[in-house]
Amino acid sequence: MREAWLPLAVLLALGAAPLLGFGGSYETTLMARVMILAMAAVSLSFLVGGAGLVSLGHAASVGVGAYAVAILDAHNVTEATRVLPAAIGAAALFSLVTGAVAIRTSGVHFIMITLAFGQMAFFTASSLAAYGGDDGYTLYSRTEVWGSRLLGDRLAFHYVCLGALALTWALCAMLLASRFGRVLRAARENAQRVEAVGLSPYPFRLVAYVIAGAIGGAAGFLLANATEFVSPAGISWQRSGELLFMVILGGVGRLWGAILGAVAFVLLETWLADHVAHWKMVFGPLLVLAVLFLKGGLSGLVVRRHG
Amino acid sequence: MAEPLLRLVDLRKHYGGLAVTDGVSLDVLPGEIHAVIGPNGAGKTTLIHEITGVVRPDAGQVVFAGRDVTRLSLPRRVRAGLARTFQITSVVPGFTALANVALAVQARSGSSFRFLRPAASEAATNTAAMDALAEVGLADRAEVPAGALSHGEKRALELAIALATKPRLLLLDEPLAGAGPEETERLIALLTRLKSAYTILLVEHDMQAVFALADRVSVLVYGRVIATGTVADIRGNPEVRAAYLGEDEA
Repeated sequence: MREAWLPLAVLLALGAAPLLGFGGSYETTLMARVMILAMAAVSLSFLVGGAGLVSLGHAASVGVGAYAVAILDAHNVTEATRVLPAAIGAAALFSLVTGAVAIRTSGVHFIMITLAFGQMAFFTASSLAAYGGDDGYTLYSRTEVWGSRLLGDRLAFHYVCLGALALTWALCAMLLASRFGRVLRAARENAQRVEAVGLSPYPFRLVAYVIAGAIGGAAGFLLANATEFVSPAGISWQRSGELLFMVILGGVGRLWGAILGAVAFVLLETWLADHVAHWKMVFGPLLVLAVLFLKGGLSGLVVRRHG
Repeated sequence: MAEPLLRLVDLRKHYGGLAVTDGVSLDVLPGEIHAVIGPNGAGKTTLIHEITGVVRPDAGQVVFAGRDVTRLSLPRRVRAGLARTFQITSVVPGFTALANVALAVQARSGSSFRFLRPAASEAATNTAAMDALAEVGLADRAEVPAGALSHGEKRALELAIALATKPRLLLLDEPLAGAGPEETERLIALLTRLKSAYTILLVEHDMQAVFALADRVSVLVYGRVIATGTVADIRGNPEVRAAYLGEDEA
């Protein structure tokens, strides 16, 4: 864990930022986006780097969580003790059903089938006319916590997101170190070996997929509350690709790399969008260069310098 | 005669018109090393796949410890006590030697669906894993990543993994394949040590090794067992000489 000083410093900086004059609406909105996407990226990194399941549909579980908030909001259910379990549960269920099929495949087939399920979720969301269809749905208000408007408070929401991110990292790290995680990691490297000691990788991979989906659902819950708006765009395969990119940019081998990846991705994207007219023309090549020259990602860079 | 531990009853497998396993019947008795030899293309690999559950035979039975396992998957056969090693070494390269064996230990002791405690800190698991490593002479290499071990060490590690599953039968698929002369010598010494404690089905190309280790030998040619007997029987059998040994001399 000694090599994880940078992500710890990042978390610390995020915690201190509102106290150091970065507590304005613009800054906290940006930081919330970073933290929530980092949370989704860490759970994806758990899948990709831990279990070897390269999902190109992870945004779908985030989207399912976000839509759970929107749909319940439309029916006047805005209490977190009901909305959050619903968001997590819906995303976990979605992951269970799609994962049960997808995990029977591997490699490129797995990527394509998760992409396909993601697009199914995307088009389903687009067709939900009662909840905004293509245009998306604006929440009446943020989710309440035992009747209080806690999440409406900028500062409180900031720390909820930070706590959720830290918890996600700790949870995924714990899982990977456990017996369960050992089977996942072994099966990623050599599934035949795992079978030859008497274990079938399938149920382990499925449980991992459901856990990652559940965390994605929690991230979706936060994302819906952060923007007070939910739309199919958040489920699109581009978003899944962005999440995967954050993982790769941060370094596939380390969970916390995804935190660095998310921070770098969102900040770069925001800065370029503010300063360069056709910023995507610059952003794209930069990402390609990063993948080409940062072997092991940003986290690999950090570890190498201190290793 | 004791009840056989593994019994193959009239196994058959066709690929198109080709009978790869053509009515193989074979018994492995408790405590013996039973070797299966045969020229290339005799169907040894398919036979192993049928015994381990990778390939399902078209007809016939695989009976292990009195139980019909013909329809069980590979992991379930392993849990029943049928451990194997691979012709091409199969370890988890990124794990240490110890973690490779610990994976096998945890697979047979308690559920692997445990999420809270770090697996690496389980003292009982590590102790059992160290014992298996010591049994194959790898105790001092426990913390080395498996990918960094030499070929012979990987072979030994694979044996340790198999032993850690507490098998009733060890199925060794060409354990000497790809080993140099020195490594071969060391592996034969290791197998000789294991011989007293385990029942082994040995599929091997190296005739010297087979004749040195085996109690009984079955000769597989074109999917059929043409002879089964002691090493002396097999050496003296004219049919075997014609089919196999003669070919070797030619």
